[in-house]
Amino acid sequence: MALAHRGGIGRYYNINGWLFVAPALGLIALFMIYPILWSLWMSFQSGRGMMLKFAGFANIVRLWNDPVFIKALTNTMTYFVVQVPIMILLALILASLLNNPRLVGRGFFRTAIFLPCVTSLVAYSVLFKGMFALDGIVNSTLEAVGIIASPIPWLTHPFWAKVLVIIAITWRWTGYNMIFYLAAMQNIDKSIYEVARIDGVPAWARFTHITIPLLKPVILFTTVISTIGTIQLFDEVYNLTEGKGGPSNATLTLSLYIYNLTFRFMPNFGYAATVSYVIVVLVALLASLQFFAARERDR
Amino acid sequence: MNNGSARIAGAIVTYGFVGLMAFLSIFPFVWMLLGATNSSIDIIKGKMLPGSALATNISTFFTQVNAPLVFWNSAKIAILATALTLAVSSLAGYGFEMFRSRRRDRIYSALLLTMMIPFAALMIPLFIMMGKVGLINTHLAVVLPSIGSAFVVFYFRQCTKAFPSELRDAAKVDGLKEWQIFLYIYVPVMRSTYAAAFIIVFMTAWNNYLWPLIVLQSNETKTITLVISSLASAYYPDYGVVMVGTILATLPTLAVFFFMQRQFVQGMLGSVK
Repeated sequence: MALAHRGGIGRYYNINGWLFVAPALGLIALFMIYPILWSLWMSFQSGRGMMLKFAGFANIVRLWNDPVFIKALTNTMTYFVVQVPIMILLALILASLLNNPRLVGRGFFRTAIFLPCVTSLVAYSVLFKGMFALDGIVNSTLEAVGIIASPIPWLTHPFWAKVLVIIAITWRWTGYNMIFYLAAMQNIDKSIYEVARIDGVPAWARFTHITIPLLKPVILFTTVISTIGTIQLFDEVYNLTEGKGGPSNATLTLSLYIYNLTFRFMPNFGYAATVSYVIVVLVALLASLQFFAARERDR
Repeated sequence: MNNGSARIAGAIVTYGFVGLMAFLSIFPFVWMLLGATNSSIDIIKGKMLPGSALATNISTFFTQVNAPLVFWNSAKIAILATALTLAVSSLAGYGFEMFRSRRRDRIYSALLLTMMIPFAALMIPLFIMMGKVGLINTHLAVVLPSIGSAFVVFYFRQCTKAFPSELRDAAKVDGLKEWQIFLYIYVPVMRSTYAAAFIIVFMTAWNNYLWPLIVLQSNETKTITLVISSLASAYYPDYGVVMVGTILATLPTLAVFFFMQRQFVQGMLGSVK
């Protein structure tokens, strides 16, 4: 570092530093920073298609009087509040079970549970749509086992359609989160568990008092990643519901609403940009909230 | 209950739970494979035995879909996007780590924040931008916005921390220029980092959906992901044909996973370790 400030060599060092990072910075500036600022500007404008004029806070006022937006927001929050905790907990439990070296066949179990991660979001949504059809394999199996008496209308009932979306995302992403925890568990000293076991600490208490506190940074990381992903949900809902977010907007997400506002209905770029900033604010808010909560608990 | 039977009960619960989860994870793949051999009606009725419709499904798929073109489109986009992303991001990761300065460190921190920008907030301006330069309905429009990725830059910077600086010092003594050190020493030494990044970026590009859905509007430019989606959203989708499509679309990533499992997981984990 001292070199950096010594005349000619320092300048050579500095110029090289900029040259190496310039292409990435340029592309990110052009395709991320510029558009994100532009859509902020757009959110204060209104009009059809490209004929926009300044509208102040009219779009924000419109948000609160738009029942479809409120529905999309509630749905998105429901997915996030219900799905992320279920998935994180499931992934943690699976990881701690599969971390046990005495478990026979754990290599197979790991690979199997991780396998959903290789599918594209579109491909698995299409598969789920077929499996959860009214007379499809899921309903017929549940009926045969005797869990349900009549088929569940997964795709046509507002409540069950949401449940289906949550089941689908959990299937796709649990294994993904699990490998983060398994990787982090490699770094935990095994003797801690041995000592706790000898002292008669039951398995569940070992999980809540040793595993979870030690994994906190990774849990935080995966929670933030999952939050960002869930709030932006699009592919699954689009493909499970033929792009409609139905039945009667029961599964509509914010991203899908923006898509509809821009590319399906009469385009209103200004209003769509305003909705997109709701996502920006939500992501920023929830991510910083999670960091804050984790730091507070540290004290 | 004595200790021995408690342990057996625990083992039953553990294996039962893990086994059930593994079964549920694999089941859709089995269903997909069996589905390709059955007629659409049998699939929807939940038939779980191999059928005799495989040849029909495949031939229907190839008459409905211009498969070679669609695959070529997907491959072209994914390979181009991956090559450019890896080049640009590894240069930046190397630059940020090897040439530290206070200003660049500050820019780097700001860069990491861009990982939180949701794509939905970019798509309208990007669409207008692409329209203005006449790139709508071209593969370039899909590739360009995906090259600059804060995540991949971050990944390369974290991995560069493990790059032995003695190698760089020795090369300097030998009179190599900075770009030569990067190209002839850094790239070969870091090949496992490149392999892991390749897998993750390629998979993202291959599976990308929302942006291609917006910019690729003609049948000649569509990717396999878009084609499956439109096959499945027909009023009466032919599920046998859809299954053939999903198998073909999943095959490349599945193959990469099984042949390069270690790098695959490493790439997924990024640099969290």
